Amino acid sequence: MVPEEFDHGYEVHGRDFANAGRVSTAIKDILKGLGIQAAIVRRVAIASYEAEMNLVMYAARGRMQLRVSSEAITLHVADEGPGIENINLAMQEGYSTATQEMREMGFGAGMGLPNIKRNSDDFVITSEVGRGTTLLIRVLLAT
Amino acid sequence: MATTAVTRKALILDDVVHLLRARVLYGKDMTVKVVEVGAADLMSDVLALSKPGMLILTGLVSVQVIRTAIVSDLCGVIFVRGKKPGREILDLAREANIPVLGTDLTMFEAAGVLYGAIFSG
Repeated sequence: MVPEEFDHGYEVHGRDFANAGRVSTAIKDILKGLGIQAAIVRRVAIASYEAEMNLVMYAARGRMQLRVSSEAITLHVADEGPGIENINLAMQEGYSTATQEMREMGFGAGMGLPNIKRNSDDFVITSEVGRGTTLLIRVLLAT
Repeated sequence: MATTAVTRKALILDDVVHLLRARVLYGKDMTVKVVEVGAADLMSDVLALSKPGMLILTGLVSVQVIRTAIVSDLCGVIFVRGKKPGREILDLAREANIPVLGTDLTMFEAAGVLYGAIFSG
C-alpha cells in the first residue's frame, strides 16, 4: 500500500540517556501506523535507534527528520558534536571511540554505523571535526 | 550415507518460564511463540544480529534492553543471574508490551537449558 506523505522532525538531547531511544520507538509506531511492511519498519527502527544512540552518546544536541513518501522512508540525522576524524575507520566493524559508560549501557562496540548502513538502501555520512555529523538514511518501499 | 535431520522443538514463552524456573516480571500472553533464542550483554550485537521474534537472555539491566527489544521486534527479554530490573524498565516493557522474565540461572546455564530443549527435546 502507498502510505500518506509524512514529514516530522524530532529534537534529541546529548547525554540524555534516560530518554535515548524514544524518538526511534515513536518513529516505529508512526511507520507501523502508516501500514508499512513489518520487515521494512524494523530496518528503519534499528537504523534510527543506532543513530539516536550515537547522537546521545557523542553529541551535544541534534535533530532527526523523518520523511515518508510513496517510494521511500528517509531519515536525516544532523548533530552538533565532535565530528568524526576518519569516516572510513568509523565504518569498520569493531572500531570504536566509546567510553566505559557507553559500553556499560550495552553500546559502543563499534557496530553502530556499519549496522545503519546494512539496514539502509542508501546511506550517506558527512562529518566535520568540531562541528558535527550528518547521516542520510534511506529505505526504499516496495512498489 | 546417513543423514541426520535437525529437529527443532517449538517453544512458547510459558515453556521457557518452566524450563528456567523463571519469574514473569511482565507479560500478558505467555503463549507467544519463541522463534529463536539469543544471549547477549551487548545491545549493539542484538541490533546487528537478532531476528524478529527472538527471545534474548541478558545480564545487562538497562532501559536500553527494552528499547532494543522494541525496535528489533523481539518476543521477550530474560534477565539472568537473579538481576532485578527497576520500575522504569518494567514500566516501559508494559507500555510496549514486551514480556520480561527473570531467572536465577547464569547466562551459560539458561542458554544451555534452552538449547537442549529446542534441539534435543
